[in-house]
Amino acid sequence: MRSTTKNKVRLLRAGAVLLALAVWQFAAWLLGEELLLPAPATVLRRFFALLIEKDFWRTVLFSFGRITAGFLLAFLVGAVLGFAAGRFPALEHLLWPFFSLVKSVPVASFIVISLIWLSAANISVFISFLMVLPILYTNVLNGMKSAPRELLEMASLFRVPSPRRLLLVYLPALRPYLLSGCGVAIGLAWKAGVAAEIIGIPEGSIGEKFYFAKVYFATGDLFAWTAAVVCISVLFEKLFLFLLGRFYARLEKL
Amino acid sequence: MDIAVENLSVSFGEKQVLRTLSLTFPAGSCTAVMGPSGSGKTTLLRVLMGLEKAYEGKVSGIPEKRSAVFQEDRLQDFYSALANLRLTLPGIKNETLLHELSLLGLTEADARKPARSLSGGMKRRVALARAMLADGEVLFLDEPFKGLDEKTRTQAIEFVRTHRNGRTLIAVTHDEREAEALGCTILRLEFTDSAALA
Repeated sequence: MRSTTKNKVRLLRAGAVLLALAVWQFAAWLLGEELLLPAPATVLRRFFALLIEKDFWRTVLFSFGRITAGFLLAFLVGAVLGFAAGRFPALEHLLWPFFSLVKSVPVASFIVISLIWLSAANISVFISFLMVLPILYTNVLNGMKSAPRELLEMASLFRVPSPRRLLLVYLPALRPYLLSGCGVAIGLAWKAGVAAEIIGIPEGSIGEKFYFAKVYFATGDLFAWTAAVVCISVLFEKLFLFLLGRFYARLEKL
Repeated sequence: MDIAVENLSVSFGEKQVLRTLSLTFPAGSCTAVMGPSGSGKTTLLRVLMGLEKAYEGKVSGIPEKRSAVFQEDRLQDFYSALANLRLTLPGIKNETLLHELSLLGLTEADARKPARSLSGGMKRRVALARAMLADGEVLFLDEPFKGLDEKTRTQAIEFVRTHRNGRTLIAVTHDEREAEALGCTILRLEFTDSAALA
Protein backbone atom coordinates (compact mmCIF):
# COMPACT_ATOMS: atom_id res chain seq x y z
CA MET A 1 0.00 0.00 0.00
CA ARG A 2 2.77 2.40 1.05
CA SER A 3 4.98 1.52 -1.93
CA THR A 4 2.00 2.06 -4.27
CA THR A 5 1.57 5.57 -2.88
CA LYS A 6 5.31 6.19 -3.24
CA ASN A 7 5.23 5.00 -6.86
CA LYS A 8 2.26 7.27 -7.51
CA VAL A 9 4.16 10.25 -6.09
CA ARG A 10 7.23 9.39 -8.19
CA LEU A 11 5.08 9.11 -11.29
CA LEU A 12 3.41 12.44 -10.58
CA ARG A 13 6.78 14.13 -10.04
CA ALA A 14 8.20 12.66 -13.26
CA GLY A 15 5.08 13.93 -15.04
CA ALA A 16 5.55 17.40 -13.53
CA VAL A 17 9.20 17.50 -14.72
CA LEU A 18 8.17 16.44 -18.23
CA LEU A 19 5.45 19.09 -18.26
CA ALA A 20 7.94 21.78 -17.16
CA LEU A 21 10.37 20.68 -19.89
CA ALA A 22 7.56 20.80 -22.45
CA VAL A 23 6.62 24.35 -21.38
CA TRP A 24 10.30 25.36 -21.57
CA GLN A 25 10.66 23.78 -25.04
CA PHE A 26 7.51 25.53 -26.21
CA ALA A 27 8.67 28.90 -24.87
CA ALA A 28 12.09 28.47 -26.55
CA TRP A 29 10.42 27.56 -29.85
CA LEU A 30 8.07 30.55 -29.53
CA LEU A 31 10.96 33.01 -28.93
CA GLY A 32 13.14 31.33 -31.54
CA GLU A 33 16.25 32.97 -30.13
CA GLU A 34 18.83 30.71 -28.43
CA LEU A 35 20.57 33.73 -26.94
CA LEU A 36 17.48 34.64 -24.94
CA LEU A 37 16.24 31.18 -24.10
CA PRO A 38 18.05 28.06 -25.25
CA ALA A 39 15.98 24.89 -25.74
CA PRO A 40 16.26 22.09 -23.17
CA ALA A 41 18.12 19.89 -25.68
CA THR A 42 20.76 22.60 -26.20
CA VAL A 43 21.28 22.99 -22.47
CA LEU A 44 21.47 19.22 -22.02
CA ARG A 45 24.05 18.95 -24.81
CA ARG A 46 26.13 21.73 -23.26
CA PHE A 47 25.75 20.16 -19.79
CA PHE A 48 27.10 16.79 -20.97
CA ALA A 49 29.87 18.54 -22.87
CA LEU A 50 30.84 20.28 -19.61
CA LEU A 51 30.89 16.97 -17.73
CA ILE A 52 33.76 15.62 -19.84
CA GLU A 53 35.83 18.78 -19.49
CA LYS A 54 38.65 18.44 -16.93
CA ASP A 55 38.21 22.07 -15.88
CA PHE A 56 34.57 21.42 -14.99
CA TRP A 57 35.43 19.04 -12.17
CA ARG A 58 38.20 21.30 -10.88
CA THR A 59 35.73 24.21 -10.84
CA VAL A 60 33.05 22.15 -9.11
CA LEU A 61 35.54 20.96 -6.51
CA PHE A 62 36.65 24.55 -5.85
CA SER A 63 33.13 25.81 -5.15
CA PHE A 64 31.86 22.60 -3.56
CA GLY A 65 34.70 22.58 -1.04
CA ARG A 66 34.11 26.15 0.01
CA ILE A 67 30.32 26.16 0.08
CA THR A 68 30.23 22.83 1.92
CA ALA A 69 32.82 24.10 4.42
CA GLY A 70 30.63 27.15 5.06
CA PHE A 71 27.56 24.96 5.51
CA LEU A 72 29.27 22.48 7.84
CA LEU A 73 30.74 25.28 9.93
CA ALA A 74 27.31 26.90 10.21
CA PHE A 75 25.80 23.51 11.11
CA LEU A 76 28.29 23.11 13.94
CA VAL A 77 28.11 26.68 15.25
CA GLY A 78 24.30 26.87 14.80
CA ALA A 79 23.83 23.60 16.68
CA VAL A 80 26.09 24.64 19.56
CA LEU A 81 24.56 28.15 19.85
CA GLY A 82 20.99 26.83 19.48
CA PHE A 83 21.62 24.20 22.14
CA ALA A 84 23.22 26.72 24.49
CA ALA A 85 20.42 29.28 23.95
CA GLY A 86 17.87 26.52 24.59
CA ARG A 87 19.50 25.77 27.93
CA PHE A 88 20.21 29.38 28.89
CA PRO A 89 17.42 31.73 27.69
CA ALA A 90 19.55 34.82 28.45
CA LEU A 91 21.82 33.79 25.57
CA GLU A 92 18.83 33.76 23.19
CA HIS A 93 18.15 37.40 24.07
CA LEU A 94 21.83 38.24 23.78
CA LEU A 95 22.04 36.72 20.29
CA TRP A 96 18.72 38.16 19.10
CA PRO A 97 20.14 41.40 17.57
CA PHE A 98 22.84 39.51 15.66
CA PHE A 99 20.47 36.96 14.15
CA SER A 100 17.80 39.58 13.39
CA LEU A 101 20.41 41.59 11.51
CA VAL A 102 21.72 38.60 9.55
CA LYS A 103 18.17 37.56 8.61
CA SER A 104 17.11 40.98 7.37
CA VAL A 105 20.22 42.38 5.64
CA PRO A 106 20.20 41.55 1.89
CA VAL A 107 22.71 38.88 0.95
CA ALA A 108 24.21 41.19 -1.74
CA SER A 109 25.12 43.73 0.99
CA PHE A 110 26.93 41.07 2.95
CA ILE A 111 28.78 39.95 -0.16
CA VAL A 112 29.98 43.45 -1.02
CA ILE A 113 30.93 44.22 2.59
CA SER A 114 32.80 40.95 2.99
CA LEU A 115 34.72 41.58 -0.20
CA ILE A 116 36.36 44.45 1.68
CA TRP A 117 37.36 42.13 4.53
CA LEU A 118 38.12 38.84 2.82
CA SER A 119 39.88 37.53 -0.25
CA ALA A 120 37.50 36.68 -3.11
CA ALA A 121 38.63 33.03 -2.98
CA ASN A 122 37.11 32.53 0.48
CA ILE A 123 34.04 34.68 0.16
CA SER A 124 31.69 31.76 -0.56
CA VAL A 125 32.76 30.05 2.70
CA PHE A 126 31.81 33.12 4.71
CA ILE A 127 28.59 33.94 2.86
CA SER A 128 27.19 30.38 2.91
CA PHE A 129 28.13 30.20 6.60
CA LEU A 130 26.37 33.49 7.32
CA MET A 131 23.19 32.56 5.43
CA VAL A 132 22.90 29.08 6.92
CA LEU A 133 23.76 29.96 10.53
CA PRO A 134 20.43 31.67 11.46
CA ILE A 135 18.40 28.82 9.97
CA LEU A 136 20.21 26.11 11.88
CA TYR A 137 20.39 28.19 15.04
CA THR A 138 16.64 28.90 14.95
CA ASN A 139 15.74 25.30 14.16
CA VAL A 140 17.93 23.87 16.92
CA LEU A 141 16.59 26.46 19.36
CA ASN A 142 12.99 25.56 18.45
CA GLY A 143 13.86 21.88 18.81
CA MET A 144 15.27 22.56 22.26
CA LYS A 145 12.11 24.41 23.23
CA SER A 146 10.00 21.50 21.99
CA ALA A 147 11.78 19.00 24.26
CA PRO A 148 9.08 17.38 26.43
CA ARG A 149 8.87 19.11 29.81
CA GLU A 150 7.82 15.83 31.44
CA LEU A 151 11.01 14.10 30.31
CA LEU A 152 13.14 17.02 31.45
CA GLU A 153 11.44 16.88 34.85
CA MET A 154 12.10 13.14 35.01
CA ALA A 155 15.76 13.62 34.03
CA SER A 156 16.13 16.31 36.66
CA LEU A 157 14.56 14.16 39.39
CA PHE A 158 16.81 11.21 38.54
CA ARG A 159 19.78 13.62 38.37
CA VAL A 160 20.71 12.56 34.84
CA PRO A 161 23.93 14.43 33.98
CA SER A 162 23.91 16.92 31.08
CA PRO A 163 25.63 14.78 28.39
CA ARG A 164 23.16 11.95 29.00
CA ARG A 165 20.29 14.42 29.11
CA LEU A 166 21.36 15.52 25.64
CA LEU A 167 21.10 11.91 24.45
CA LEU A 168 17.95 11.06 26.39
CA VAL A 169 15.82 14.14 25.83
CA TYR A 170 17.27 16.70 23.43
CA LEU A 171 18.70 14.76 20.49
CA PRO A 172 15.43 12.89 19.79
CA ALA A 173 13.51 16.19 20.10
CA LEU A 174 15.89 17.90 17.66
CA ARG A 175 15.50 15.27 14.91
CA PRO A 176 12.65 16.82 12.85
CA TYR A 177 14.06 20.33 13.31
CA LEU A 178 17.54 19.31 12.12
CA LEU A 179 16.19 17.40 9.13
CA SER A 180 13.94 20.24 7.94
CA GLY A 181 16.52 22.91 8.77
CA CYS A 182 19.29 21.15 6.82
CA GLY A 183 16.96 20.55 3.87
CA VAL A 184 16.35 24.29 3.57
CA ALA A 185 19.86 25.38 4.55
CA ILE A 186 21.79 23.33 1.97
CA GLY A 187 19.85 24.87 -0.93
CA LEU A 188 20.37 28.32 0.53
CA ALA A 189 24.10 27.72 1.08
CA TRP A 190 24.46 27.00 -2.64
CA LYS A 191 22.31 29.94 -3.73
CA ALA A 192 24.17 32.41 -1.54
CA GLY A 193 27.60 30.84 -2.10
CA VAL A 194 27.32 30.97 -5.91
CA ALA A 195 25.89 34.51 -5.74
CA ALA A 196 28.94 35.54 -3.70
CA GLU A 197 31.25 33.99 -6.29
CA ILE A 198 29.45 35.74 -9.15
CA ILE A 199 30.03 39.10 -7.43
CA GLY A 200 33.52 38.34 -6.09
CA ILE A 201 34.64 36.39 -9.20
CA PRO A 202 37.24 34.17 -7.49
CA GLU A 203 39.44 32.43 -10.05
CA GLY A 204 38.46 28.84 -10.79
CA SER A 205 34.99 29.04 -9.18
CA ILE A 206 31.52 28.24 -10.53
CA GLY A 207 30.68 31.91 -10.00
CA GLU A 208 33.47 32.90 -12.36
CA LYS A 209 32.00 30.59 -15.02
CA PHE A 210 28.61 32.26 -14.55
CA TYR A 211 30.22 35.67 -14.85
CA PHE A 212 32.02 34.85 -18.10
CA ALA A 213 28.95 33.13 -19.54
CA LYS A 214 27.05 36.38 -18.92
CA VAL A 215 29.82 38.57 -20.36
CA TYR A 216 30.11 36.47 -23.55
CA PHE A 217 26.35 35.96 -23.89
CA ALA A 218 26.86 32.18 -23.65
CA THR A 219 23.30 31.54 -22.49
CA GLY A 220 23.65 27.79 -23.06
CA ASP A 221 26.62 27.72 -20.67
CA LEU A 222 24.70 29.81 -18.16
CA PHE A 223 21.84 27.31 -18.16
CA ALA A 224 24.22 24.32 -18.13
CA TRP A 225 26.09 25.67 -15.10
CA THR A 226 22.77 26.38 -13.39
CA ALA A 227 21.78 22.76 -14.01
CA ALA A 228 25.14 21.64 -12.59
CA VAL A 229 24.63 23.73 -9.42
CA VAL A 230 21.11 22.34 -8.98
CA CYS A 231 22.40 18.77 -9.40
CA ILE A 232 25.28 19.19 -6.96
CA SER A 233 23.09 20.94 -4.41
CA VAL A 234 20.36 18.27 -4.59
CA LEU A 235 22.88 15.40 -4.45
CA PHE A 236 24.66 16.93 -1.47
CA GLU A 237 21.33 17.54 0.27
CA LYS A 238 20.30 13.90 -0.27
CA LEU A 239 23.68 12.65 0.97
CA PHE A 240 23.70 14.87 4.05
CA LEU A 241 20.12 14.02 5.01
CA PHE A 242 20.87 10.33 4.45
CA LEU A 243 23.87 10.54 6.80
CA LEU A 244 21.81 12.45 9.37
CA GLY A 245 19.10 9.79 9.09
CA ARG A 246 21.73 7.05 9.57
CA PHE A 247 23.04 8.84 12.65
CA TYR A 248 19.55 8.87 14.15
CA ALA A 249 18.93 5.24 13.16
CA ARG A 250 22.11 4.25 15.03
CA LEU A 251 21.15 6.41 17.98
CA GLU A 252 17.76 4.69 18.14
CA LYS A 253 19.53 1.33 18.53
CA LEU A 254 21.64 2.62 21.41
CA MET B 1 15.43 11.42 58.13
CA ASP B 2 11.70 12.03 58.53
CA ILE B 3 9.87 14.04 55.90
CA ALA B 4 7.80 16.75 57.55
CA VAL B 5 5.03 18.81 56.00
CA GLU B 6 3.77 21.83 57.94
CA ASN B 7 0.72 23.90 56.98
CA LEU B 8 1.05 23.04 53.32
CA SER B 9 -1.36 24.91 51.06
CA VAL B 10 -1.40 24.76 47.28
CA SER B 11 -3.68 26.66 44.94
CA PHE B 12 -3.98 26.66 41.17
CA GLY B 13 -5.58 30.01 40.36
CA GLU B 14 -8.89 30.16 42.18
CA LYS B 15 -8.85 26.47 43.04
CA GLN B 16 -7.29 25.52 46.36
CA VAL B 17 -6.04 21.95 46.10
CA LEU B 18 -4.36 21.49 49.48
CA ARG B 19 -5.06 23.54 52.60
CA THR B 20 -2.94 23.74 55.77
CA LEU B 21 -1.88 20.12 55.51
CA SER B 22 0.49 18.97 58.26
CA LEU B 23 1.91 15.47 58.48
CA THR B 24 5.11 13.47 58.89
CA PHE B 25 6.47 10.56 56.89
CA PRO B 26 8.87 8.71 59.22
CA ALA B 27 12.17 7.57 57.68
CA GLY B 28 11.84 4.09 56.19
CA SER B 29 8.05 4.15 56.39
CA CYS B 30 5.62 3.14 53.66
CA THR B 31 2.63 5.43 53.16
CA ALA B 32 -0.19 4.96 50.69
CA VAL B 33 -1.91 8.26 49.93
CA MET B 34 -5.55 7.64 49.05
CA GLY B 35 -8.52 9.82 48.32
CA PRO B 36 -11.04 10.74 45.65
CA SER B 37 -9.92 12.16 42.31
CA GLY B 38 -8.98 15.82 42.61
CA SER B 39 -8.23 15.58 46.32
CA GLY B 40 -4.62 16.68 45.80
CA LYS B 41 -2.76 13.33 45.98
CA THR B 42 -0.59 13.97 42.93
CA THR B 43 -0.08 17.61 43.95
CA LEU B 44 1.16 16.49 47.36
CA LEU B 45 3.53 14.04 45.72
CA ARG B 46 4.83 16.71 43.31
CA VAL B 47 5.47 19.09 46.21
CA LEU B 48 7.36 16.34 48.06
CA MET B 49 9.33 15.51 44.90
CA GLY B 50 10.36 19.16 44.67
CA LEU B 51 8.64 19.66 41.32
CA GLU B 52 5.90 22.01 42.56
CA LYS B 53 7.43 25.20 43.87
CA ALA B 54 4.35 27.42 44.26
CA TYR B 55 3.11 26.47 47.70
CA GLU B 56 2.73 27.91 51.15
CA GLY B 57 3.98 26.14 54.24
CA LYS B 58 7.11 24.18 54.97
CA VAL B 59 8.42 20.89 53.65
CA SER B 60 11.60 19.42 55.14
CA GLY B 61 13.62 16.23 55.11
CA ILE B 62 13.51 15.62 51.33
CA PRO B 63 16.82 14.04 50.35
CA GLU B 64 18.66 14.99 47.17
CA LYS B 65 18.46 11.44 45.83
CA ARG B 66 14.87 10.72 44.87
CA SER B 67 13.18 8.16 42.63
CA ALA B 68 9.73 8.27 41.15
CA VAL B 69 7.07 6.68 39.05
CA PHE B 70 5.16 9.63 37.66
CA GLN B 71 1.48 9.71 36.83
CA GLU B 72 2.59 9.25 33.20
CA ASP B 73 5.29 6.74 32.25
CA ARG B 74 7.70 9.41 31.02
CA LEU B 75 9.79 7.12 28.82
CA GLN B 76 11.63 8.41 25.76
CA ASP B 77 9.63 6.74 22.96
CA PHE B 78 12.56 7.10 20.57
CA TYR B 79 14.70 4.57 22.51
CA SER B 80 14.19 0.99 23.64
CA ALA B 81 13.09 0.25 27.19
CA LEU B 82 16.62 -0.95 27.89
CA ALA B 83 18.20 2.26 26.55
CA ASN B 84 15.75 4.30 28.64
CA LEU B 85 16.97 2.51 31.75
CA ARG B 86 20.62 2.64 30.73
CA LEU B 87 20.55 6.37 30.08
CA THR B 88 18.87 7.06 33.42
CA LEU B 89 20.77 4.46 35.46
CA PRO B 90 24.27 4.47 33.96
CA GLY B 91 25.91 2.41 36.69
CA ILE B 92 23.89 -0.75 36.05
CA LYS B 93 24.97 -3.37 33.50
CA ASN B 94 22.73 -4.52 30.65
CA GLU B 95 22.51 -8.08 31.97
CA THR B 96 21.34 -6.83 35.35
CA LEU B 97 18.74 -4.57 33.77
CA LEU B 98 17.45 -7.41 31.59
CA HIS B 99 17.25 -9.68 34.62
CA GLU B 100 15.36 -7.06 36.62
CA LEU B 101 12.94 -6.48 33.75
CA SER B 102 12.37 -10.22 33.50
CA LEU B 103 11.22 -10.16 37.14
CA LEU B 104 8.49 -7.83 35.93
CA GLY B 105 7.51 -10.23 33.14
CA LEU B 106 9.34 -8.38 30.34
CA THR B 107 11.42 -10.46 27.92
CA GLU B 108 14.71 -9.36 26.33
CA ALA B 109 12.84 -8.86 23.06
CA ASP B 110 10.40 -6.51 24.86
CA ALA B 111 13.31 -4.66 26.44
CA ARG B 112 14.98 -4.06 23.08
CA LYS B 113 11.84 -2.78 21.32
CA PRO B 114 11.37 0.99 20.97
CA ALA B 115 9.36 2.19 23.95
CA ARG B 116 6.71 3.58 21.58
CA SER B 117 5.79 0.04 20.52
CA LEU B 118 5.28 -1.26 24.06
CA SER B 119 1.82 -1.62 25.56
CA GLY B 120 0.69 0.71 28.36
CA GLY B 121 1.24 -2.02 30.97
CA MET B 122 4.74 -2.78 29.67
CA LYS B 123 5.70 0.90 29.76
CA ARG B 124 4.41 1.13 33.32
CA ARG B 125 6.61 -1.76 34.38
CA VAL B 126 9.67 -0.19 32.74
CA ALA B 127 8.94 3.08 34.59
CA LEU B 128 8.58 1.08 37.82
CA ALA B 129 11.90 -0.70 37.20
CA ARG B 130 13.59 2.67 36.61
CA ALA B 131 12.28 4.05 39.92
CA MET B 132 13.11 0.98 41.97
CA LEU B 133 16.61 0.45 40.51
CA ALA B 134 17.65 4.10 40.92
CA ASP B 135 19.53 5.01 44.08
CA GLY B 136 16.82 7.31 45.44
CA GLU B 137 16.59 7.43 49.21
CA VAL B 138 12.86 8.14 48.96
CA LEU B 139 10.51 6.49 46.46
CA PHE B 140 7.53 8.43 45.14
CA LEU B 141 5.13 6.21 43.24
CA ASP B 142 2.06 7.77 41.62
CA GLU B 143 -0.40 5.00 40.80
CA PRO B 144 2.50 2.63 40.06
CA PHE B 145 0.33 -0.34 39.08
CA LYS B 146 -2.02 1.56 36.78
CA GLY B 147 -2.94 -0.43 33.68
CA LEU B 148 -1.53 -3.74 34.95
CA ASP B 149 -3.52 -6.96 34.89
CA GLU B 150 -3.85 -9.17 37.97
CA LYS B 151 -0.78 -11.31 37.20
CA THR B 152 1.59 -8.50 36.32
CA ARG B 153 0.28 -6.40 39.22
CA THR B 154 1.24 -9.20 41.62
CA GLN B 155 4.68 -9.38 39.99
CA ALA B 156 5.06 -5.60 40.22
CA ILE B 157 4.02 -5.46 43.87
CA GLU B 158 6.52 -8.22 44.67
CA PHE B 159 9.16 -6.26 42.73
CA VAL B 160 8.53 -3.14 44.81
CA ARG B 161 8.60 -5.12 48.05
CA THR B 162 11.89 -6.86 47.24
CA HIS B 163 13.62 -3.75 45.85
CA ARG B 164 12.55 -1.22 48.46
CA ASN B 165 15.43 -2.07 50.80
CA GLY B 166 14.02 -0.13 53.75
CA ARG B 167 13.72 3.14 51.82
CA THR B 168 10.90 5.58 52.56
CA LEU B 169 8.07 4.92 50.13
CA ILE B 170 5.15 7.26 49.43
CA ALA B 171 2.65 5.88 46.93
CA VAL B 172 -0.57 7.28 45.52
CA THR B 173 -3.15 4.58 44.91
CA HIS B 174 -6.89 4.08 44.57
CA ASP B 175 -6.74 0.45 45.66
CA GLU B 176 -6.62 -0.45 49.33
CA ARG B 177 -5.43 -3.98 48.48
CA GLU B 178 -2.33 -2.52 46.84
CA ALA B 179 -1.59 -0.50 49.98
CA GLU B 180 -1.99 -3.61 52.12
CA ALA B 181 0.14 -5.75 49.80
CA LEU B 182 2.92 -3.16 50.02
CA GLY B 183 2.57 -3.04 53.80
CA CYS B 184 1.80 0.69 53.76
CA THR B 185 0.01 2.88 56.26
CA ILE B 186 -2.97 4.53 54.60
CA LEU B 187 -3.22 8.31 54.52
CA ARG B 188 -6.59 9.54 53.31
CA LEU B 189 -7.04 12.95 51.77
CA GLU B 190 -10.61 14.15 52.06
CA PHE B 191 -12.34 17.23 50.74
CA THR B 192 -13.46 19.88 53.17
CA ASP B 193 -14.48 23.28 51.87
CA SER B 194 -13.15 22.31 48.48
CA ALA B 195 -9.66 21.80 49.94
CA ALA B 196 -8.10 18.55 51.04
CA LEU B 197 -7.30 17.55 54.61
CA ALA B 198 -5.45 14.48 55.87
